[in-house]
Amino acid sequence: MFFLNHIWLIPLFPAFGAAMMFFFGRRLQKATVSAVCVGVVVLAFLFACFTVVEYTHFAHGTGRPFEKIVYTWLGSGDGHLNFVNRDGRLASFNADAGFLLDPLSCIWLLFVTGVGMVIHIYSVGYMAHEGGYYRFFGYMNLFMFTMLLLILANNYMLLFVGWEGVGLCSYLLIGFYFHRKSASNAASKAFIVNRIGDAGFILGALALSWYLGSFRFIDINAAARSGHFAIGDPVLTIAALLLFVGACGKSAQIPLYVWLPDAMEGPTPVSALIHAATMVTAGVYMVARSNAVFVLAPTAMKTVAIIGALTAVFAASIALVQNDIKRVLAYSTISQLGYMFLALGVGAFAAGVFHVFTHAFFKALLFLGSGSVIHALSGEQDMKFMGDLRRRIPTTYKTMFVGMLAIAGIPGLAGFFSKDEILWQAWSSEGGAYRILWFIGIATALMTAFYMGRLIFLTFFGQPRMSHEIEHHIHESPKSMTVPLVILAICSIFAGYLGLPHSLGGSNRFGKFLEPVFAKEAPVMEAERPAQFAAGEKEEEHTSPVEYGLMGLSVLIGLAGIMWAYSTYARAGKDYIEPICEKAPPLYTVLYNKWFVDEGYDYVFTGRRKIGKIRLGVMGAGEASSWFDANVIDGAVNDVGWVTRAVATLSTWWDKWIIDGLGVNGPAILARMMSYPARLFEWGLVQWYALVMIAGLLGFGVYYVWK
Amino acid sequence: MVPITTLHYLVVAAALFVLGVIGVLTRRNVVIVLMSIELILNAVNLNLVAFSRMWGNLHGQVFAIFITVDAAAEAAVGLGILISFFRNKETINVDEIDLLKW
Repeated sequence: MFFLNHIWLIPLFPAFGAAMMFFFGRRLQKATVSAVCVGVVVLAFLFACFTVVEYTHFAHGTGRPFEKIVYTWLGSGDGHLNFVNRDGRLASFNADAGFLLDPLSCIWLLFVTGVGMVIHIYSVGYMAHEGGYYRFFGYMNLFMFTMLLLILANNYMLLFVGWEGVGLCSYLLIGFYFHRKSASNAASKAFIVNRIGDAGFILGALALSWYLGSFRFIDINAAARSGHFAIGDPVLTIAALLLFVGACGKSAQIPLYVWLPDAMEGPTPVSALIHAATMVTAGVYMVARSNAVFVLAPTAMKTVAIIGALTAVFAASIALVQNDIKRVLAYSTISQLGYMFLALGVGAFAAGVFHVFTHAFFKALLFLGSGSVIHALSGEQDMKFMGDLRRRIPTTYKTMFVGMLAIAGIPGLAGFFSKDEILWQAWSSEGGAYRILWFIGIATALMTAFYMGRLIFLTFFGQPRMSHEIEHHIHESPKSMTVPLVILAICSIFAGYLGLPHSLGGSNRFGKFLEPVFAKEAPVMEAERPAQFAAGEKEEEHTSPVEYGLMGLSVLIGLAGIMWAYSTYARAGKDYIEPICEKAPPLYTVLYNKWFVDEGYDYVFTGRRKIGKIRLGVMGAGEASSWFDANVIDGAVNDVGWVTRAVATLSTWWDKWIIDGLGVNGPAILARMMSYPARLFEWGLVQWYALVMIAGLLGFGVYYVWK
Repeated sequence: MVPITTLHYLVVAAALFVLGVIGVLTRRNVVIVLMSIELILNAVNLNLVAFSRMWGNLHGQVFAIFITVDAAAEAAVGLGILISFFRNKETINVDEIDLLKW
């Protein structure tokens, strides 16, 4: 149990390499840098191999997870939160620095360290003449460290640390040639789009942890499979969808895939490692890890499948007409990731993981091979200026040809088994509900075969279209680059046999190994079994002739695609024209410009575009609503104020002139007016007053006498 | 000889009273007005004394003494007003005391 108990060493080896580079890298010689950085990854790989072997002894086929908690990172300690979650257990919101090993992470561990090791060896040769050598390897080691943290984490929080870390390393490595504006822009774009996904991820992870009472995967899986939660539970659905948003960002699905093609600005080993084999599979890993939750949210699963299928066909359509060799491979990666999510979405988790596994090998192979081509052509990346390289760089040609056959799904190579499994699952899952997705998948397979064939034939066949100086310098890559290519080619051929399905006589070791992770014994899946039995399509027990038919169909499609590409491109001369460009120029323009999605995002989200003075997109809506608020709403408020003041003025006038004037002063004025004649009697003469008194008295007297 | 009855006294008092009133109303000199007021008061005195003789008691005479005292006080006050007025206006012409008018 030595290796299992020291599983935390696996991420620490490359972390040590990165730290060495950080502190001492500048002063070291290139040889030392190579030795340290490649050495730590080799150590990590060997350690990982022994660990997995120990794990198989530990688990004895039951697939029980091995957990090693190193220390409590975020803990409620002794002051427990008294939160009782739905199934009555006391919730403890602890996030440990803990490592979990179960069949799923075993697979990821092996191919991440393995392919990582191969690519590090390759980079020694590829980056030999570049500046910033120690920086490159430091970042690569940092990437390996964070990726391993992501894979081995036992809870969502530590996984998120790794998640962010690989995003950071992606930024650092894409922008490796930072003095090139396009590279630094691409790096920023990658990080920002990734971050949008991360927002979804963290919301989903927190919602899930709150709802199920813990961050740890073991607890979450137990809670989800306990049967307390109904299928289609709204909180779980929303949490699953949010997690999928995170996966879209990291694994380049619609709508957050736009960073991946631009990420080709980084050096080719970076594209191979991060954007083909490892980082982009982190999204798939996370969804597979959360499969217990996704299974309880059929809406989320459908969304995953549909978006996966759409992404696959969308990216493949763009790859048909791209000229940069790395762009074609980038869109191919997006498309294949779409396949993986399609598999996860229809419930074929093991098939999706299998495709991740095989894809890592042949995509890394293709990228490294393209790096070798670029190296041979002194930096030329445009396929319009390649051609007739198969005799000049034979090893590269042969290995890339193997890679092309693998991705096209030709039998005998790895891609066939995994892709075919996905298509079969898409056809048969849930009684054929996903047939349309199968159709999209098969169309994508045709396009995949075609564009990969195009890539190979334009690069290696036909007339040489490069400039003469470049042609003179064409040379095969050094051993440090070609040996990894050969290793990956061998893996691309043989890795598939691990998942040889029943229908072809194999035992599907891969699927069996993963079975406990995807919990077929859970009550949820139990409910599906009778339905599947009734429909006669329980895929593990017996194989139907439909499966063979579909298999044959996909083989035919793959061969047809390659043949078609051969007939179109294998004899391409200096001025070859794309057939789509000839026959349907508007379609060509749309595909070549990537369906104008980047421009669309620019218009809608960045707010840089204006029509006259009016800003477009979301920012424009913000400006419009702020205009509305400032002018219309505040204008209304101001108008109300004006009305109030007008009424006040009116009221003042009324008060001053009518009330005071008529009401108050009126009688006064009236009195004064009436006093004028009355005043005439006031002469001030006393004798006159006395006379008037006497007259009055006499009047009274006369009145009484006459009475 | 006609016997002198109370009526004769009353007539004389009335005549004196009317003379006094006319004097108050028509004379310009303030002093003369004051003298006329005295005349009125004395006429009233005479009236009261006549009635006292008629009724055979002293009520009228007592009241006449009161009135005499009152007349004396009033004359003093009146003269005081006169003197004050003269100091202000340098004249004793009643027609010129017309400040309290509009």
